[in-house]
Amino acid sequence: MKHTHPKMSRATWALTAICGFTFALGVLAEPALAQPENKAEPKSRRRVREVKPVEITPGQVSDLQKLANDRKLTVEDIMAAAKTYLPSGRHDDYLIFASGGHSGQMFVIGVPTMRLLRSIAVFTPEPWQGYGFSGEKDPVREHLQINGKEINWADTHHPALSETAGDYDGEFLFIGDKANARLAVIDLRDWETKQIVKNPITISDHGAAFVTPNTDYVVEGGQYAVPLGYGYAAAEDYQKSYRGMVTFWKFDRKAGRIDESQSFAIELPPYWQDLFDAGKLASDGFVFGNSFNTEMATGGVEQGKPPFEAGTTQRDMDYLHIVDWKKAEQVFKAGKIEKVKNFAVIKLDTSIAEGVLYFTPEPKSPHGVDVTPNGQYIVIAGKLDPHVTVYSTEKIKKAIAEKKFSGKDSYGVPILDFDSVKEAQVELGLGPLHTQFDNQGYAYTSLFLDSAVARWSLGGEYADKHPEKPWTLVTKTPVQYNIGHLVTAEGDTVSPDGQYLVAMNKWSVDRFYPTGPLLPQNFQLVDITKNGTTMPVLYDSPIGVGEPHYAQMIKADKLKTWTVYPELGWNPHTQMIDPKAPKAGKEGIVREGSTVVVNMTAIRSHFTPENVEVNEGDRVIWRITNCERSQDATHGFCIGGYNINLSLEPGEFTEIEFTADQAGTYPFYCTEFCSALHLEMAGYFRVKPAGATVGQATK
Amino acid sequence: MSNFFRQIVGPRVPAEELRRHTARFATPTVILSIARVLLLASIFFPYWHMNLEAPQYPDGLQVTAYVNYLSGDVREIDGLNHYIGMRPLHEAAQLERTSAVWMIIAMFLLVEGAAFVHSRWAVLLALPAILFPAGFLADLYYWLSTFGQNLDPHAPLSSSVKPFTPPVLGEGLVGQFRTVAEAGTGWWMAALASVLTIVAFVFHRRAYKPLFDRAAGEGETCVA
Repeated sequence: MKHTHPKMSRATWALTAICGFTFALGVLAEPALAQPENKAEPKSRRRVREVKPVEITPGQVSDLQKLANDRKLTVEDIMAAAKTYLPSGRHDDYLIFASGGHSGQMFVIGVPTMRLLRSIAVFTPEPWQGYGFSGEKDPVREHLQINGKEINWADTHHPALSETAGDYDGEFLFIGDKANARLAVIDLRDWETKQIVKNPITISDHGAAFVTPNTDYVVEGGQYAVPLGYGYAAAEDYQKSYRGMVTFWKFDRKAGRIDESQSFAIELPPYWQDLFDAGKLASDGFVFGNSFNTEMATGGVEQGKPPFEAGTTQRDMDYLHIVDWKKAEQVFKAGKIEKVKNFAVIKLDTSIAEGVLYFTPEPKSPHGVDVTPNGQYIVIAGKLDPHVTVYSTEKIKKAIAEKKFSGKDSYGVPILDFDSVKEAQVELGLGPLHTQFDNQGYAYTSLFLDSAVARWSLGGEYADKHPEKPWTLVTKTPVQYNIGHLVTAEGDTVSPDGQYLVAMNKWSVDRFYPTGPLLPQNFQLVDITKNGTTMPVLYDSPIGVGEPHYAQMIKADKLKTWTVYPELGWNPHTQMIDPKAPKAGKEGIVREGSTVVVNMTAIRSHFTPENVEVNEGDRVIWRITNCERSQDATHGFCIGGYNINLSLEPGEFTEIEFTADQAGTYPFYCTEFCSALHLEMAGYFRVKPAGATVGQATK
Repeated sequence: MSNFFRQIVGPRVPAEELRRHTARFATPTVILSIARVLLLASIFFPYWHMNLEAPQYPDGLQVTAYVNYLSGDVREIDGLNHYIGMRPLHEAAQLERTSAVWMIIAMFLLVEGAAFVHSRWAVLLALPAILFPAGFLADLYYWLSTFGQNLDPHAPLSSSVKPFTPPVLGEGLVGQFRTVAEAGTGWWMAALASVLTIVAFVFHRRAYKPLFDRAAGEGETCVA
């Protein structure tokens, strides 16, 4: 082209530019559009059924009336049913995470239906969840070791949901074991226990678990005093050698684990510490605990001395423990500690000198200690005294600042003057135990002996929220029977929701069909939406799987639960992909000397490989990945005769290790019904007797 | 410039005529531009969906085809398909999927080139883009029938599910699954691009035919 016109040249430029742009787009588009293969696809396509406003025709009214009369239901019963029933497919608004008592588990129950959703295995091996049945090196079994002994039951008492700024964040759950002084961490993404820590300095606790407002620490208060480290000491040496304690377990939220090296305990006099609660907002920085047996009785009914039940209840007052944990943390970080069994302990003298610990009198052998949502008041329930005693945070701070002490206990702990820190006492009835709160300025206290829930009005900045006078009993609702703890919706946080209360009754007596001499507990749902004296029981729910103590109720939508594990080959113990996890297409059996490694995958409806042959005495390492990505496509895996059973949830990887010490032919199979060909999901594990010709392990 | 090349690209528009009839010459260029941008953008949108509904899948299962990959519950669908002996979906249309983005870019450039060609050859350049949406569905039908008709006779459910061809568009039934297939946004964009391209050539012919005829009459092409 001889004469290039300027216009043509511009067009050529434009063309070149567009080509370049397009090329760049193509290059960018190619990887951007490439499909990630193994990624989980979190879907929320749940269809919510549309419900039109109901109009009940006269015909339906008469049907309903007939039904009610045939079934002997009152109008209140019908209303209660309507408040609790959920049609198929609809989810509960709230979840209760309840301790499982001696079952060593946790129970998760929906509210308002009170349906048991599932149990979570914690301190006890549990086959359905494949918890503790993966052979000789099971991490669960290792966690359960105390001094070389597998302690595989627990008395779980107090669950605590993790908090951010004093409100449940739905990320973690903690639970204490009273019988063995242990604490467990459960991750609420997969609802599985991740860690169990044993308190090295005691073997008995009660005030666990309670968290500080941002879950910096998980608090574990002791119960029956022992010498620190629980070594031997004679009863005569009780006052000299025995001690109480409260432990602050440092929680590393990022790791999802307790960091034992950053945890510490505070030595306490050998009173029997009971429950603890962390201060919040106005009282942030404090932890409060109650106690009994300040008499320091040592029992001896067998020698004609007063039994504990009498000996521990002689004095009119015991001590509310006031612990400045932020100060204690500084003391710990400054190294002013002693090590007991290699665990940091702030000694009693140090606490007294540093202003970490104060006492104030509380009426006779009380029970729960509960901080109001604004943190301004601490409520102690009398147990043997018909009152709740309310202490003021402001007054406590003032009394500490002005050193208003009425004396010291025999160990030198300063005692704040009772009248200077007391805000109010409210007479509720017999056997007040535990208190929670709602969003209407009311407190709710369980009355064990009265078998009732008391609603009473708070004062201070709560006085305007309700029509009643502050600090007065409003109403009592009878419950069946012998209520222990109670729980309201988010009732121990900085912002309770009200609405529902669950009475955790110890006895059910005649409420259900008698299940032999051992009866279930009775969880009763109580409607607390209306103020004043209306507070009906809506529903009875038998708990026939252990005796729950305390529970916490969280708004269900706060949880960020995984529906399947995020990636294939996920190890729930480490919460990441395990490099050892077998991949589809890479299965096989590898022998190294007398160790046989089985790399297996599971997907509907087969295991690969299906025939595994080893020699008697071989060490077997058996790795399985569930390659499913579909919600609820769980596979089990068991080998009869070898005490092995796994629950492999979609994406999960598990490693089994054992010695093939029993020759024979052992079918293995999927133990969780998975598909139409579930029965066919099986294989054979053959162990050749020693001395027989060595079989060729195939790769 | 060789005579042959002039024959192909057609006459250039004299500057004077371009000034007087800007709209006449701009119209086909603009419409072609819209068409090729639509076609290019369709890469980012799904071309085809299939929903599979069954009692135990309350949310259903979805597979979505883009020009270069499949997304959705492919793994689960493959898992189910092995019971009836169907091959894994990723084995289908591998060549098509790996080349699709480049094919569309090529079509984009060809349509772009067509705007500079003022003869009937322009249609030839745009022909792939015009036929692409129909070609996509034809190819899809080929793969659906190839996969549906060639089931492994040794599969566990081979006795209860006979070879079948799931409908490319509309409803079908396989085992306990009801299938619903429909074209996606990307396909509709490509289809619109195809229609626009055809419309552009009506205006193209109206603008350049007289110029072309005149140039042919004069025996030489005028380079403006």
